[in-house]
Amino acid sequence: MFRRPRERAAPRATNSDMNADASAQILTLTEAGLYCPAGGFHIDPLRPVDRAVVTHGHADHARPGHRAVLATGETLDIMVARYGETCFGTGQALAYGAPLKVGDTTVTLHPAGHILGSAQVAIAYRGARAVVSGDYKTRPDPTCAAYEPVACDVFVSEATFGLPVFRHPPPQQEIGKLLRSLAQFPERTHLVGAYPLGKAQRVIRLLRDAGYDAPIFLHGAMGTLTQLYERHGVALGDLRPLEAADKSVAARGGVVVCPPSATTDRWSRRFVDPVVAFASGWMRVRARARQRGVELPLVISDHVDWTELTAAVEATGCRQLWVTHGQEDALVHWAQQARGLAARPLRLLGYAEDGEPEGAA
Amino acid sequence: MKAFAELLDRLSWTGGRNAKLRLIADYLKTTPDPGRGYALAILTGDLDLGDARPGLIRKLIAERTDPTLFALSYDYVGDLSETVALLWPAPHTRANADLSLGDVVERLRETGRAMLPGVIAECLDRLDETGRWAFLKIITGALRIGVSARLAKTAAGMIGDKAADEIEEVWHALAPPYRDLFDWIEGRIDAIATKDAIAFRPPMLAHPLEREDLAALDPADFAVEWKWDGVRAQIVSDGRGGAALYSRTGENMSRAFPDLAQGLCVGHAALDGEVLVVRAGAILPFSALQQRLNRKTPGVKLMADLPGHFRAYDILSLDGEDLRALPLSARRARLEEFARTIAAPCFSLSPLTDARTHAQIAAARMNPAAFGAGADGPAVEGLMLKRWDSPYLPGRPRGLWWKWKRDPFEVDAVLMYAQRGHGKRSSFYSDYTFGVWRAGALVPVGKAYSGFTDEELARIDRFVRANTTNRFGPVREVRHEPERGLVFEVAFEGLNRSARNKSGLAMRFPRIARIRWDKHPKDADRIETLERMLDPA
Repeated sequence: MFRRPRERAAPRATNSDMNADASAQILTLTEAGLYCPAGGFHIDPLRPVDRAVVTHGHADHARPGHRAVLATGETLDIMVARYGETCFGTGQALAYGAPLKVGDTTVTLHPAGHILGSAQVAIAYRGARAVVSGDYKTRPDPTCAAYEPVACDVFVSEATFGLPVFRHPPPQQEIGKLLRSLAQFPERTHLVGAYPLGKAQRVIRLLRDAGYDAPIFLHGAMGTLTQLYERHGVALGDLRPLEAADKSVAARGGVVVCPPSATTDRWSRRFVDPVVAFASGWMRVRARARQRGVELPLVISDHVDWTELTAAVEATGCRQLWVTHGQEDALVHWAQQARGLAARPLRLLGYAEDGEPEGAA
Repeated sequence: MKAFAELLDRLSWTGGRNAKLRLIADYLKTTPDPGRGYALAILTGDLDLGDARPGLIRKLIAERTDPTLFALSYDYVGDLSETVALLWPAPHTRANADLSLGDVVERLRETGRAMLPGVIAECLDRLDETGRWAFLKIITGALRIGVSARLAKTAAGMIGDKAADEIEEVWHALAPPYRDLFDWIEGRIDAIATKDAIAFRPPMLAHPLEREDLAALDPADFAVEWKWDGVRAQIVSDGRGGAALYSRTGENMSRAFPDLAQGLCVGHAALDGEVLVVRAGAILPFSALQQRLNRKTPGVKLMADLPGHFRAYDILSLDGEDLRALPLSARRARLEEFARTIAAPCFSLSPLTDARTHAQIAAARMNPAAFGAGADGPAVEGLMLKRWDSPYLPGRPRGLWWKWKRDPFEVDAVLMYAQRGHGKRSSFYSDYTFGVWRAGALVPVGKAYSGFTDEELARIDRFVRANTTNRFGPVREVRHEPERGLVFEVAFEGLNRSARNKSGLAMRFPRIARIRWDKHPKDADRIETLERMLDPA
């Protein structure tokens, strides 16, 4: 469907201030989210549309029901794994870096470093370029392709951790905390809350890279996506479904990875006095961690922190910065005051504060 | 500093006592001197570095950050120290970042007020986020990590095989960073030379008495004392003008009660007794004492309005002689003799009751005023029965001392909100806000999270999940209509006026006495019932 776009009227633009600008033909804001008039497609639309470019597989960005979806092969796989084969009309995979003509524009996908298959969408039109970054992180992550800075005129960024209080420590340091706790409390099961797509696989990979090679037990909700990661070449070591495992083994220590909500769910009662950990950028703020009833907060995030966010914006050389969601006020203030950029918050309400309803950050 | 910061961080998240002990003991075992000694002193409250005012911290961060970004950050984080810890601009190189706890302590101790801001800034420059958080907690004197001095000493003993009581006995002879203590615990020296100084003695505690136990006791064997509604404490004076006030757990409370520590530096003795607030000869309600306890260092006006008072009921040493092996009868005689020599208005001897028989003991508990307490009657929260032949033993030995508290107040209240617990209870709704009727609607009057068995907890949890009407994060609103809802019989020790609560009332130590599955919310009590129970104030 992306190869032969049909002629159609552009949806009603809600922001007239951009219309005067030539770049308004590249990108504008509609009720369904970001829209490219010159190409005739939405990006991460919030409701079903004819043609959607999807940056990554998290539920608030990849929604079911579009007629045609353009995304990386990994992201299409993730969507099918989560929603089933009929979650979109047609899916077209586009490799990182490969140009595709869409309408009057040329679209390329570039690694966003957020989770497996995550991509920034670059749209070139009459010598101007806009980049919609989706969610992204710039530090290395062995479970996905490394973030690639893309020069552009308009940069559309998230600001999930867009406050200078957010400076994520090296993830190895946080994994070190987990390993020390495992050594200190070997008889207590360590229940690690991690979002099932992306965070869970990264935490497991980080544990393996730190030399932890004991079996890791998985909550039932983890299996499908973890297998998908392994099919895409991310080795995760000895993983065992908890349900099939001898429960007494799991109850005597070791690591169980589960969705964050499960740590306070009745499911967790099978463990005697577990150490409850939670891997998320939100763990940086004590009140947030306390609300979760966490004993071992692990500040591991799949988003850029403040330092990385501001550096990433600078690296694009953009003249305009659009901020989709998160702590946009501080980022817009910084862009205007410190960098003299034309910056504006889009306040897209459909994107969950945590990247996903269940703490994907 | 990095290891200690990580310890404080872990402790701040850890609820279980055993887990805390292990964390502290492991740290002390693996950390070299003098750092571990300073760490222990910070945990026990014996090293006070908490002089920095919030205004100073705020000024330092204002010099380093954009005011708008600071305001947005502070607004988001909600805590000044934490905001500063996270926001502090880290220098690009941390070549000299291996700041040790010993360095930090020694720098702070040597630094005068004028130089303090520079030293604080330099330390913050050299620490990471967790390090800065811990450092700011230490220098603002707001540790709040749920570790008592007793717990820290217990953990220190665990790295050898010393009991906390053994450590308490020698603690007064020690000073940070406690090299000799670790030498002794780790077996490099046999004993610590103790001199008679201002030492805390581990207190002797009582067992609760049930009514049926009373019949088995011969009243002639027992001293029957008042149990005061205050705070158990120990005052120790060295005969040379020095004195200290200790809590039951050995925390030094002298700074919070300078009126007592200074007013009672007479004589050369260690006394066991109760801290009260006494104004114009009358004991004020516990809420007045609570106001004093809330202040780490009270102002002159507060001390004048709410003067601290020490009411003694035992004597543990006198003129350098340890009296603890003597029977209570002999200690009491020495105490009465000593008390006659003390004229301080902030001191009194706790009188014995007039109760001599089983019947009188039971009656005195119900009506203290009639058995010798007189006008102090409302400040009595029960009786103490102590065997006349009992030596003063640390801990809670069986059969020597009994406490028989007056019956708690009780009301029937309705469960309104339930919050998930922590640690082992994090999958259970175990913290309950309950209310009583006021003008046809329920108004919350308190919170309780104890008093029920695990089986009852599981049943209440099921009830909460099945009757949720609203959710606010970890809190659920539970159905509370006249005909549908859950009634608790709530027991509590006292009731004060409080501007903090919607109902204007605050309960002391509320807990669930019974779960009234048989009652409807409409049968619960009204606010007027509670108002009649208010402490006279």
